[in-house]
Amino acid sequence: MTTLDSSKEIQKNNSEVNEIHEDFRMFGLITFLIADGMTFAGFFAAYLTYKAVNPLPDGAIYELELPIPTLNTILLLVSSATFHKAGKALLKDKKSESQKWLFFTAFLGIIFLICQLFEYFHLPFGLTDNLFASTFYALTGFHGLHVTLGTLMILIIAWQSRIKGGRLTSQNMFPLEAVELYWHFVDGIWVILFIILYLL
Amino acid sequence: MTISIDPQKTNNESLQPKGWLRYLSFSLDHKVIGIQYLVCGFLFYLIGGTLASAIRIELASPMSDFMPRDVYNQVLTLHGTIMIFLWIVPVVNGAFGNYLIPFYVGARDMAFPRLNAVAFWLIPPSGLMLVASYFVEGAAQAGWTAYPPLSITTPQSGQIIWILSVLLLGGSSIFGGINFIATIIKLRRPGLKLMQLPMYCWAMLGTSLLVVLSTPVLAGTLILLSFDIIANTGFFNPVLGGNVVVYQHLFWFYSHPAVYIMVLPAFGLVSEILPVHARKPLFGYTTMVFSIMGIVVLGLVVWAHHMFTSGTPPWMRLFFTIATAFIAVPTGIKFFNWVATLWGGKISINSAMLFSCGFIINFVFGGITGVALAQVPFDIHVHDTYFVVAHFHYIVYGGTVFIIFSSIYHWFSKVTGKMLDEKLGILHFIITFIGFNLCFAPQHWLGLNGMPRRVAEYDPQFQFVNQISSLGALLMAISTIPFLINVFLSLRNGKDAGDNPWNALTPEWLTSSPPPVENWEGEAPLVEEPYGYGKEISERK
Repeated sequence: MTTLDSSKEIQKNNSEVNEIHEDFRMFGLITFLIADGMTFAGFFAAYLTYKAVNPLPDGAIYELELPIPTLNTILLLVSSATFHKAGKALLKDKKSESQKWLFFTAFLGIIFLICQLFEYFHLPFGLTDNLFASTFYALTGFHGLHVTLGTLMILIIAWQSRIKGGRLTSQNMFPLEAVELYWHFVDGIWVILFIILYLL
Repeated sequence: MTISIDPQKTNNESLQPKGWLRYLSFSLDHKVIGIQYLVCGFLFYLIGGTLASAIRIELASPMSDFMPRDVYNQVLTLHGTIMIFLWIVPVVNGAFGNYLIPFYVGARDMAFPRLNAVAFWLIPPSGLMLVASYFVEGAAQAGWTAYPPLSITTPQSGQIIWILSVLLLGGSSIFGGINFIATIIKLRRPGLKLMQLPMYCWAMLGTSLLVVLSTPVLAGTLILLSFDIIANTGFFNPVLGGNVVVYQHLFWFYSHPAVYIMVLPAFGLVSEILPVHARKPLFGYTTMVFSIMGIVVLGLVVWAHHMFTSGTPPWMRLFFTIATAFIAVPTGIKFFNWVATLWGGKISINSAMLFSCGFIINFVFGGITGVALAQVPFDIHVHDTYFVVAHFHYIVYGGTVFIIFSSIYHWFSKVTGKMLDEKLGILHFIITFIGFNLCFAPQHWLGLNGMPRRVAEYDPQFQFVNQISSLGALLMAISTIPFLINVFLSLRNGKDAGDNPWNALTPEWLTSSPPPVENWEGEAPLVEEPYGYGKEISERK
């Protein structure tokens, strides 16, 4: 967890705050991610209950292929690692290296989304075909929304880590750390989702 | 962690609108936001109360003659949603939490002031949207629970507006919860230990944990429900192979904790009010803390007691009956602690004290019927009858709303620097207490005799008791008048209160009334014993 040590900046940005205290934005973010995780937990619980009590109707098609989601899992895991690299580079004030890693991470995120869309278009069932189809699209769609937002945020901090005028420095790591934590969270959710939706 | 205050630099008041206009601005001051929550909530309380009056007028006669049946359904849906999501939850959490928590932890503001303002300003638009849904063709009429398939088969436009509005309010609630957790855990003044915090902080910590853990599940559920309505999916639609019981599980996973979200802060507030007006320390501080946390943990695993008639398997019935009965233990501990706090105290009979005692009486009654409802055979008998309505209102009106009024009488002088009139306050209490019990006590009898809830018409044999109940509702409506006159007159020319009219020891009273923007001139006081009544000043830490 970082601490805001440039107190002048606080005074300038935040005219109402007149005390200097520990930076707990990360604490707030973690609390928010717990809440966000509970939304997914609700979806997972619904899906597992359906699996346990609602039989697939006769003639309904619900089959998933493994290759694309496996590739997607690898993409996201690698992107977590590259994001970590970006953080390490920024800590050593190597801004351009950090920016390269960030762009690479965003690129992996975009590939993930493209693969996901490719899978959507080639699946033999649509959103309203049957209960499991609906749940599949709702779960992966909600996760895809998270990946989309995450990719946009990565692009924003990549822009902010530019050499001239970028506000991301080794002294101001919070934006990068926050997005990194969010990205790891989205990865973790994907791994659980992959196990529950595709493997179980 | 260091806190440095430079009075020269903190005078940024010129940036903010002054006077009452600041209550209409995007203010970051936690005190302004607290009052915004309170006033906004009270306006919605008046709307919800009007709708409740309409329901009771309709039920004064067995036939549906005051309004058509579908309008009755719309009115009860709006009444429930407004009262829960726009009055009780925002006021008992947002209003008092924002006003008091920074004082109690010795801070100048909440942990995330901007998030705080955003959380408040989500409420008025979503509230107006909810009220506006009434004027759309086909307003929501599936009750505040919005159970499918009813919510899927009734007209769609109103139901969708209802879902959007509740989603926004849930978001506001989550933002508030994150802010409270961060403020209580992280923003405490140096030297202030957790076990020295006033009880309301613990109540808000527990409540916020429940908000953060359970509200997102409701959000996810409502998103799925909106897919069912808009996109023709079948998550909860049995015709398309869906499962309505899954909706009920997910819904009650939020909505049972929601009862504790509405009631735990009231527990905290009454623990602040009773010691001051009985001049005694709060009895059993540590057991109170552990009871709150016990209620939080148990509150998350009792939801299926709302679903005993939904084809719940026997093992589930057994588990949830036992878990629900267990919740009576920490709640009971708290009640004995409050009674023990009063025992032998120098009790002053004023409006705040009377409303708090009214709370204890009403809530014990609601608690007893709650334990009764947890028993499967009894629950199956009275399920979906007026017995449940009576139980719920004893908890939420007799419990929480009484405490909201008690808190207003207690803290009005802190917020405005003026005293509320005690005679009008006691009159308000007497009318409210009689009206409330007249309205809801007979409904137990109605429910036991089989009068179903949420129906505009009923068997004529119930007419007399229903008319008594409606008379009580009339009294409750009238009781608002002395309160409003009281607030209006006291704001104009009330008696000057001074900084600490009750001689209270909690930190918010150690500053001027109304408090300055930075809460205290100079350093925040360290209050290690917020309940040190009855001790010599030299003995107090």
